[in-house]
Amino acid sequence: MNDVTLTNIKKTYNKGEVVAVSDVSFQVEQGELFGLIGPDGAGKTSIFRVLTTLLLPDGGSASENGFDVVKDYKEIRKRVGYMPGKFSLYQDLTVEENLNFFATIFNTTVEANYDLIKEIYVQIEPFKKRRAGKLSGGMKQKLALCCALIHRPTVLFLDEPTTGVDTVSRKEFWEMLKRLNEQGITILVSTPYMDEATLCERIALIQDGKILSIDTPENITKQYPSKLYAIKASRMSALLHDLRGNENISSCYAFGSTTTSHLNMKMIVLKQN
Amino acid sequence: MRTLLFLLRKEFKQIFRNKGLLPMIFVTPIIQLLVMPLAADFEVKNINISIVDNDHSTYSQKLISKITASGYFKLADYGNSFPNAFKQIEKDKSDLILEIPQGFEKNLIRENRQKVFIAVNAINGSKATLGGSYLGSVIAEFNADVRLQWNIPDRINNTPTIQATSINWYNPLLNYRFFMVPGILVTLVTMIGAYMCALNIVKEKEIGTIEQINVTPIKKHIFILGKLIPFWIIGVFVFSIGLFLVGRLVYGIVPQGSILLLYLFLSIFLIALLGIGLLISTYSETQQQAMSVAFFFMMIFMLMSGLFTS
Repeated sequence: MNDVTLTNIKKTYNKGEVVAVSDVSFQVEQGELFGLIGPDGAGKTSIFRVLTTLLLPDGGSASENGFDVVKDYKEIRKRVGYMPGKFSLYQDLTVEENLNFFATIFNTTVEANYDLIKEIYVQIEPFKKRRAGKLSGGMKQKLALCCALIHRPTVLFLDEPTTGVDTVSRKEFWEMLKRLNEQGITILVSTPYMDEATLCERIALIQDGKILSIDTPENITKQYPSKLYAIKASRMSALLHDLRGNENISSCYAFGSTTTSHLNMKMIVLKQN
Repeated sequence: MRTLLFLLRKEFKQIFRNKGLLPMIFVTPIIQLLVMPLAADFEVKNINISIVDNDHSTYSQKLISKITASGYFKLADYGNSFPNAFKQIEKDKSDLILEIPQGFEKNLIRENRQKVFIAVNAINGSKATLGGSYLGSVIAEFNADVRLQWNIPDRINNTPTIQATSINWYNPLLNYRFFMVPGILVTLVTMIGAYMCALNIVKEKEIGTIEQINVTPIKKHIFILGKLIPFWIIGVFVFSIGLFLVGRLVYGIVPQGSILLLYLFLSIFLIALLGIGLLISTYSETQQQAMSVAFFFMMIFMLMSGLFTS
C-alpha cells in the first residue's frame, strides 16, 4: 500500500516565472525510508511543503494515507509530522514546555506517546529545564524530532535534518531514523549529501524540479557506467596535470582540502571501462 | 477551549520571559506618565525679544521694563535699527521685534495715541501666535497703567466699555496636566496594543514557528484569539495602572463619569487596535517591516488625535 502518492505535482513561484517543481510523480510505500536527494534549489523543500499542506500545488495531485493534500488538509495535519530544515520551535520556551505545547495543540499528551519518543527524549531529558534556544545544534535536532513525533504521525517529513550538524550527530540521527522506521513510521527525508543516500531504502534523485531516477541506492550505483578511483599524492597540481594528459581517463577532480595540507590529497578519477 | 487556555499560558510565559518586552509593558507607561507631562506642555516661556527703541524716553523705558518684567520675554537685543534687529531674527537669536517709533512719548501725551510696531517670526507658528498675543496684552496693560496715571476720570467714565469675564469649566485653573496625562495614557495604550500585537505575530513568522503551527490541526480562530487576548489583557492592565496608580495618586485626576463606561470604550478601542496589529502582521514578513508600517499609522493617530493639534 502506498502511503504517499504524488501525481504530476507542479509548483511555480513569482506567477509562473520560477519553476520549482515540474511534473513530479512518485510513490512511497508504507513503512519505507525514502530519500529525496538533490542539490540546493532542486525543489526538495517545495515538494515537502506541498505534502505537508503548507503550499498549494499549481498542478497535479498528492495524497497521504488516501487523503488529498488540498481537499482533506485538516485530516492530513492530524496524521503527518514535519520537521523543517530551519529550527523552528519556541526558543524562549524550555525543552519540556515545547514538547508539552505541541502535544497539547495536537490534542494529546506527552505521556500517551512517551514510548515513541522515549529513546530520543532521554538524551535531552537532563536539559529539560533549559530554553530551546540555548541548546546545541544536535540537541535542537533531537527536540525538533520529538516535537514532530509527539502525535504519533503515520508519515514523517524531515527536510534536510542533517544540514549543519556534525558527522557524529548525523550518524546518530540516522540511527534514530532507522529505529523509528522499524516501528512502522513512513519517513521521507531530503538531503543534499550523497553519503546519506545509501542509508535510505529507496531514493529519488532530483534536480531543477525534475526527478532524474527513483531506485534503491544499490541499483543507482550499479547503473553508473564507469569505474571510480581515488588517487592520493603529495603534489596536487602535478598529479592533476599528469592525469588530465592520460587518454584513458575521462575526467578527474581534486577533492578534499587543497590549501591546508598537500599530503593525503584525494583525487576522484573516472575511468571508462 | 483547552487548546486556547494552553496557548494563552504559552503566550504569557513568552511575554514574561522577554527581557525587551517586559519593561516596555510595565515600566515605560509609568515613566512616560511621570516625565512626559512635565515636559510636554503648551506654555511658551523665554520668548526672545529684540527691541528697537527710536525714542529713548521715560515712557519707552517703562514699557521695556514692563515687558522684561512680565516673565515671558527675554531681552535678546536692544538697539535703534530695525535692520539690525531683523538680522537677529534671521540668526534665530530672537523671536519677535518691537519697534518703538521716534516721538513715542511726545505723541502719546500730546495726541493721546501712538502706535508701536511688532514683527513676529512665524516659523514656529504656535510660539509666534502666543508671543504676539502675550506682547499685545503686556502693551494693553501698559496702556491701562498710563491712563490710570493720568487720572482723567471723566474721560474714562465717558467711554462705554464691554468687559468680558470668563470661567473655565472642568479645569478652572487651566492645569494642562488634566489634559496631557489622559492623552498620553491613551497614546501609550494605542502603541502597546497595535505595536506589540503586530510584532508578536510577525515574530512567529520570522522564527518560523508559524510553519510548525500550520502543520498542526489547530483552528485558525483559536490561534488568532490566543494571540490577541494576551495583548487585550495587557492593554487593560496598562490603562488601569495609568488611571488608578499614576493618574489618581500622582496627578489627582479622578474620572467623574462612569468607570464602567470608560472600560467598555477601552475594550472596544483595544479590539480595533489589535485588529490593526493583526492586519499589519499579515502583510509584513519581518519585525522591521511591521514596525515601519505600525509607525506610519501611529503618526497619523497621534497627529489626528487632538492631543497636539486640534
